[in-house]
Amino acid sequence: MTGELYQRDRTWHPPALTPDYKTSVARSPRLPLLSLQNSDSELTGPTFGHGDIAAGDADLLSNYAQTGDPIGERIIVHGRVLDENARPVPNTLVEVWQANAGGRYRHVKDTYFAPVDPNFGGCGRTITDAEGRYAFRTVKPGAYPWRNWTNSWRPAHIHVSVFGTAFAQRLITQMYFEGDPLIPKCPIVATLKDPAAVTQLTAALDLNATIPLDTIAYKFDIVLRGHRATWFENRPEGN
Amino acid sequence: MVQKLDYLRETPSQTAGPYVHIGLSPRDAGFDIYDNQLGEDIAGPDAKGERITIQGRVLDGTGAPVRDVLIETWQANADGIYPGRGAVEDGFRGWGRVVPDAEGVFTIKTVKPGAAPGRHDTVMAPHLNLWLVARGINVGLNTRMYFADEEALNADDAVLNLIEQAHRRDSLLAQPDGDVYRFDIHLQGERETVFLDI
Ligand SMILES: [Fe+3]
Repeated sequence: MTGELYQRDRTWHPPALTPDYKTSVARSPRLPLLSLQNSDSELTGPTFGHGDIAAGDADLLSNYAQTGDPIGERIIVHGRVLDENARPVPNTLVEVWQANAGGRYRHVKDTYFAPVDPNFGGCGRTITDAEGRYAFRTVKPGAYPWRNWTNSWRPAHIHVSVFGTAFAQRLITQMYFEGDPLIPKCPIVATLKDPAAVTQLTAALDLNATIPLDTIAYKFDIVLRGHRATWFENRPEGN
Repeated sequence: MVQKLDYLRETPSQTAGPYVHIGLSPRDAGFDIYDNQLGEDIAGPDAKGERITIQGRVLDGTGAPVRDVLIETWQANADGIYPGRGAVEDGFRGWGRVVPDAEGVFTIKTVKPGAAPGRHDTVMAPHLNLWLVARGINVGLNTRMYFADEEALNADDAVLNLIEQAHRRDSLLAQPDGDVYRFDIHLQGERETVFLDI
């Protein structure tokens, strides 16, 4: 059995209250989180199999297409899900959602006047293989405006959700694209205090993974919390 | 100089944003894309135990309901067994996803979990593990929902007892009310829910 999880580094993650990202102000807990050692409640978690999803769910170019391909730059997003011990996390569910190439989400609340693409749903899901690898095919999302300041634009991004094997590994993040000049302007990106954390969310252009004359590629590795070794777990446990 | 530790760093979190339902619960975003939307049936048709319904709202610091939240739930079965730790009923997933309706009310339909083994041979009172993501929440929030009508088990629960201000333990108790349990989650304010760093 695997051991308990490494403590989550709360100084590496964004803090709850980040006033420049205005929505966080009324939605951030102000009292300290209660720190718990792991029990079964945290160390177990849901598992998913290929019966839960369809093979085509990972192809956003075709999973909502009605009359043809969606408009936009065709991209592959691929990478590995690893843990902090650099071990692959196989058979874990990865879900993504994003705006279309014009920066518009297929959502009733998105009123941006960039058009909805009739052939693009904007969500996909897949399960990592035995080496922890995953891949999606999609279009590169557009930047979009949002009401934070009056002139706030999100850098192009894909929202990513990952499970791991333990409920306490659960993670949602956003993937950005190498070279995007909006990255350093974004108050959501800036909730991260360490520039290295922003780098970790920025997918690299990966010419080795393209399909020549067809689809460009970006690589985005995802790291989930690692488990402690359990060499001495039979010692008497005290407080 | 010393050797470099070769651990990787956890991918940092970013808010799930206003459109998390598109990704994780597309039917609630108004479109049908997957044959099988995940997280709709927590316990499955063959689960033992008491069928329960939990209703509540997630409230922000001004008292307004947070309608764009997505909640994931994780629980043991009626025997206190988590999937993966032992045999559970066919179809018992223990995991679900819920989103609020237009009034901001979420509804969780499941079976009441049993008491589960805790650390150091203790017993954990029956509870659901909850994880909340939404626009404005930078790192998903973990908490637990216990049952107010399990007074004896709650009194011995190690996690409830870790809460230093005893009155704040109430923030984790769902109250029986007719045929439902009521459980509001306060992100902030005088009645702020106890959130967990797990
Ligand atoms: Fe977005």
